[in-house]
Amino acid sequence: MKIMLNGEERTLNGEWSLTRLMEELQLPPQRVAVEVNRQLVTRACFGQTLLHEGDQVEIVTLVGGG
Amino acid sequence: MVVYHHDRYSRQIRLAQVGEAGQKKLRSAGVVVVGCGALGSVLSDLLVRAGVGRLRIIDRDFVELSNLQRQVLFDEVDVQQRLPKSEAAVRKLNHINTEVQLDAVVDDLNRGNVHALLHGYDLIADGTDNFETRFLLNEASHQLNTPWVYAACVGTTGVVMPIIPHHSACLRCILDQPPPPDINPTCETAGVLGSVVHLAAAVQFTEILKMLLGHHAEITPGLISIDGWRNRVVRVVVEGPCRCFESQNYPYLKGQSGQQAIVMCGRNAVQIIPSSTRLIPLEEMADKLLATGAMLPIRNEFLIQMHINEYTLTLFSTGRAIIQGTADLATARRLYAQYIGN
Repeated sequence: MKIMLNGEERTLNGEWSLTRLMEELQLPPQRVAVEVNRQLVTRACFGQTLLHEGDQVEIVTLVGGG
Repeated sequence: MVVYHHDRYSRQIRLAQVGEAGQKKLRSAGVVVVGCGALGSVLSDLLVRAGVGRLRIIDRDFVELSNLQRQVLFDEVDVQQRLPKSEAAVRKLNHINTEVQLDAVVDDLNRGNVHALLHGYDLIADGTDNFETRFLLNEASHQLNTPWVYAACVGTTGVVMPIIPHHSACLRCILDQPPPPDINPTCETAGVLGSVVHLAAAVQFTEILKMLLGHHAEITPGLISIDGWRNRVVRVVVEGPCRCFESQNYPYLKGQSGQQAIVMCGRNAVQIIPSSTRLIPLEEMADKLLATGAMLPIRNEFLIQMHINEYTLTLFSTGRAIIQGTADLATARRLYAQYIGN
């Protein structure tokens, strides 16, 4: 399936949860904000949120420095 | 020579979004900048030049040579004099615009003084370097009904989020708790690109201006992330208003959550216990610290010990740390935030 990840097309094969996507991208789930089709997904739901063809996914990593 | 107000702001007043009425609004506004490092100094410079009426700058740190790469208000003389950052900033800003009422606070913002230091201002601007203080600001903003603008940068990434209590989402809506220190890079461990500071501070300033001018419908909702290397901006829209504080639960203000710092009796040392209870992979953390050029005289499976100037920081795998060489809570919290994170 194809999804849009931060505005860029990405092809994924098989079943993908947000948790798996985080692992693939090597992003720490404790400091990301994720939106799927313009809906915020909380961290507790990453495991059960499955991605589908055409999903628009935005991932932002929060940082703490200043 | 009298420098007329009108001359100074003429190019800003010409903007349709500002005008004469807008400039008056700015002049009557008070902003408090919490933390005057990289972001705080770029932002304060913009706010003072734009002509906000009052600006309070709070910072617990003093100027060091490693700051000059990006902290635009400071110079080598400030480093030699080891001036507190808020004081050095105010001295510099006073040369830029004497019309602004400036107030330097040399202190660590914590739950004991947060109300007194933020009360009476129209807006809180985030220039802090850690999530602990931001979670406190997030609650204080809600309790005082004062908007705040989260901004941060590390590496080549900058983030900004305008937060209006009772209207927008808040920091806790997108992050249930501060990330544990070992997955939370700091400017000391990961570095920071000078230009990304300006990108983040510029976005933060514009959102602040919209708030102060009353252009509420034009405030960018949610979280803005800027990749300063690839020149990409990503936005996550979070629907407000937040429901995080419906039962007036303010764990950071009440001291039920958050980092605990205590002076160790008779030892010239401070113990810091982080809010996160997650175990820290010490090997990984030691490698990160070594990469900063730190000396780690002791590293074993139980702890890492490092020397930072006249201080010794001992980090245990639970995230607890003892900072020897000071009995000052602010200094200890500063070192923990800089090197360990949060």
